[in-house]
Amino acid sequence: MTKTNLNVNVRHLTRVEGHGDIVVDVENGEIKKCQFEVVEAPRFFEAFVRGRPYTEVNHITSRICGICSVGHSTASVETTEKALGVKLTKQAELLRKLNFYGEIIDSHVLHTYYLVAPDFLGIDDVIPLLEMNPDVLMRALRIKKLSGDLCAMIGGRHTHPCALVVGGFTRTPTERELRDMQGRLVEARADMDETVALFSTLPWPEFERETEYVSLQKDNEYAFIGGTVVTSDGFSYPIEDYKKVTNEWCVPFSTAKWAKHNRESYMVGALARFNNNYDQLHPKAKEAAKKLGLEPICYNSFLNSAAQVVEMVHCVEDGIELIDKLLTRGVKPEEPAPVQTTSGEGTGSCDVPRGILFHHYVYEDGICQEANCIIPTNQNWANVNADLNAFLPQILDKPEDEIRHSLEMLVRAYDPCISCSTHLLKVEFA
Amino acid sequence: MADKPKVAFFDFASCEGCQLTVVDSLQTNPELLGAVEIVNFREASSRREDDYLIAFVEGSITREQDEARLKKIREQAAILVALGACAHTGCVNALKNLQPLDEVREYVYGDKAEWYPTYAARPISAVVDVDAIIPGCPIDRDEFIKVVKALLVGKKPPIPDYPVCVECKLKGNVCMFHIGKTCLGPVTRAGCGAICPTSGDGCEGCRGFIPHPNENAMKDVLDEAGLTVDEISARMTMFNAYFVSEKEA
Repeated sequence: MTKTNLNVNVRHLTRVEGHGDIVVDVENGEIKKCQFEVVEAPRFFEAFVRGRPYTEVNHITSRICGICSVGHSTASVETTEKALGVKLTKQAELLRKLNFYGEIIDSHVLHTYYLVAPDFLGIDDVIPLLEMNPDVLMRALRIKKLSGDLCAMIGGRHTHPCALVVGGFTRTPTERELRDMQGRLVEARADMDETVALFSTLPWPEFERETEYVSLQKDNEYAFIGGTVVTSDGFSYPIEDYKKVTNEWCVPFSTAKWAKHNRESYMVGALARFNNNYDQLHPKAKEAAKKLGLEPICYNSFLNSAAQVVEMVHCVEDGIELIDKLLTRGVKPEEPAPVQTTSGEGTGSCDVPRGILFHHYVYEDGICQEANCIIPTNQNWANVNADLNAFLPQILDKPEDEIRHSLEMLVRAYDPCISCSTHLLKVEFA
Repeated sequence: MADKPKVAFFDFASCEGCQLTVVDSLQTNPELLGAVEIVNFREASSRREDDYLIAFVEGSITREQDEARLKKIREQAAILVALGACAHTGCVNALKNLQPLDEVREYVYGDKAEWYPTYAARPISAVVDVDAIIPGCPIDRDEFIKVVKALLVGKKPPIPDYPVCVECKLKGNVCMFHIGKTCLGPVTRAGCGAICPTSGDGCEGCRGFIPHPNENAMKDVLDEAGLTVDEISARMTMFNAYFVSEKEA
């Protein structure tokens, strides 16, 4: 029987990055309120990078997020480089991509194994796996370590890369380091196969809601850094026109802004990339998708986690090939490329683990005058709320605990990064 | 066997990178899970119990409403540890303190600024007593393990009070000033293994200053290295804006 009155208030949703609440209020069978409220303390990065030298801006904006610091750093240096006329070397370009792959794997393994898997196993966190299924936990730890080590090898540090600077890197990995890392990536193929096998057995909730997917796109590769902004509704924009896509606005119950484009909401992240850029995936990643039962276009937001598994496979495989390219060319230490001017304006974009990210700066005499950062999780809030409102009526006949848990899983599927987006989240069943 | 000590993790304004570093410390030290019982760790677990003995707090305090939550944690915890730079020094959150706060709010939230209250960012020690610190942005994984081990045997955690230069020399790095770069190593608390200079990038001071830093001498050295007054001020405030502005106030 469908419940006529329901009050759910999940305060500080767990196993997500940051603070947010789910609030649900159903009266006489009518949904009065069903929303995700971001309650994280705002941090004001865009305001306080103004007045800082261009050399600091990437190191400061890296601190927006501890999970995707490589993504923020990369978007930041790309933006500054456009503004100040820096031309990267091919070697620096390849290393940036490899560093980025490290973070995609790192972030996705954290989300799929540590944050999502416990929902299917009926446990609070991954710790009980130590007793229940140590192989799974050890595998997760192994992949996590590999990806963290990859980030540190290139960026100088796993979280908040110090060697990643405007113009390139302050340190170049040695051929030996690259070769060792390539060997570890090759060994990780077995862990990837096991991961695909594990996640293909999970009973993903059945749910579909058509929406618009937004991501970067490139002709010749699965896009993570730069390219064109495309949407599944057939729109395409240069990165500089990002505001035509994001159209941010404020809502009173959230310290994170919301965004919309062609519809009332859109989705960004692994599923959006998968839907828009399936063709450019590595053949092994396509095989993984098949095993996971995932094909474009997929409208089930829960499967964002499955798309993340596909992307992990892609990054391992393409990472191996990238290292081949680097080694064939020969790796040599190089100084970061110089800036050509100290004043200018630029917009950069990376498709970071949680989706498309924009940074936009104006510099005068090397000092940042204006800054705007549009965070993937912000772009997803409107879509999260639309999904919650579409999903709730489908499950209203279930016990309250199950409703609560299902809504939590739906929000968690987006892998929201609330610190980023307010840089906040709270789930309240009122 | 006695019960394992219960620990909890909490966060305020931060990037949560330090808690992630805690999660990552399991890669090398999974035995930690056998030594403590984690009863509250929102970012990684749905378990929520409030009978903890040790609380690790990440993040800066930036709103009136955060103070009450932090004070409650302080009341419960026998040992309260500032986890990382946001909690320890205010980190980059305090950069906003250098600008008029009304303007800062308006810049980000426009005419909706009044919806988002904020005050000058501060370390948690500005609100409650802190028993131990783990410096850094982010924290160093090995140092975290050392601190936990020390706390578990009732010892004072071994946080260095000497500068980064000591560790940098031990690593055999060429001094950043000798290769045309600048560095806050002489005034910054060691413990990171001089990670930034080792990667070819001068220290930015993320672990906070050593006790009694000679800031004037540091400024002289930066001046000699060719930095302008504004550039020196930027260097000194990047991670230490709270410390510098409190001192000047």
